[in-house]
Amino acid sequence: MRDRQVSRGARRAREFEAFVAGAAGRLLHTATLLTAEAPDANPRARRLLTPALAHTYARWERLRGEDPYDCARQYLATRFARATWHQYAGLGRARRPDPRSPLAALAPQERLVLVLRLHEGVAEEQTAVLLGLPAERVRTVCDRAVAGLLHPARPAAARGAGAKAAPW
Amino acid sequence: MNRAEREAAVRRIMERAAAPVPPDLHAEAVRRGERLLWRRRLVHRVLWLLACAAAVAFAVWAARTHPWVEPPSQTTPPISGW
Repeated sequence: MRDRQVSRGARRAREFEAFVAGAAGRLLHTATLLTAEAPDANPRARRLLTPALAHTYARWERLRGEDPYDCARQYLATRFARATWHQYAGLGRARRPDPRSPLAALAPQERLVLVLRLHEGVAEEQTAVLLGLPAERVRTVCDRAVAGLLHPARPAAARGAGAKAAPW
Repeated sequence: MNRAEREAAVRRIMERAAAPVPPDLHAEAVRRGERLLWRRRLVHRVLWLLACAAAVAFAVWAARTHPWVEPPSQTTPPISGW
């Protein structure tokens, strides 16, 4: 019994190490895009990524064929959404996006939707379920984020903390 | 510029800068993951212990007071002498 537990733990450690070696780079890139930090100075992204990986490690035995990458990404996205929600609610200080980040011009929700939809290739419906938004809303936010990224001058007037109030 | 082209352009923008992975990431994740697992096991154990204690307490109480026996009547006086 104990032998089996030990060998299971060793297998989990091996599999998890391989998973981290393969996926950590991409996950860290995703997290850095979300937090809009510079690629070489991303403490917030690391603080997001480490618990996501720890959560995946703790769930490893119960994944049952589910993709561990999906699990880590989901945790990352919901944690980021919750953190920005608290930030809007006035808890914690607002953080300025780093101008070296490619998504510095976007609001946190726009970054989240854009990264999930286009960088990670998550389907619109799945993104909507993950974030608790209607699918049309996800589409609108994504389109607005694409426009804001490609033509940064136009939406500058309507942008700000009130991303929800922006007319398009 | 149609939708697909715009999305491809945005993807290219996002792919640009890759961040270097910190070397201690795996060790830190394993450490915190183990702590999560340990805490979860502890909670399970405590809950099981509580459930067992509740079951034993109920059994002892039921064996002593026999709650399934109808209690003696308080209103009707015992009938005697007829």
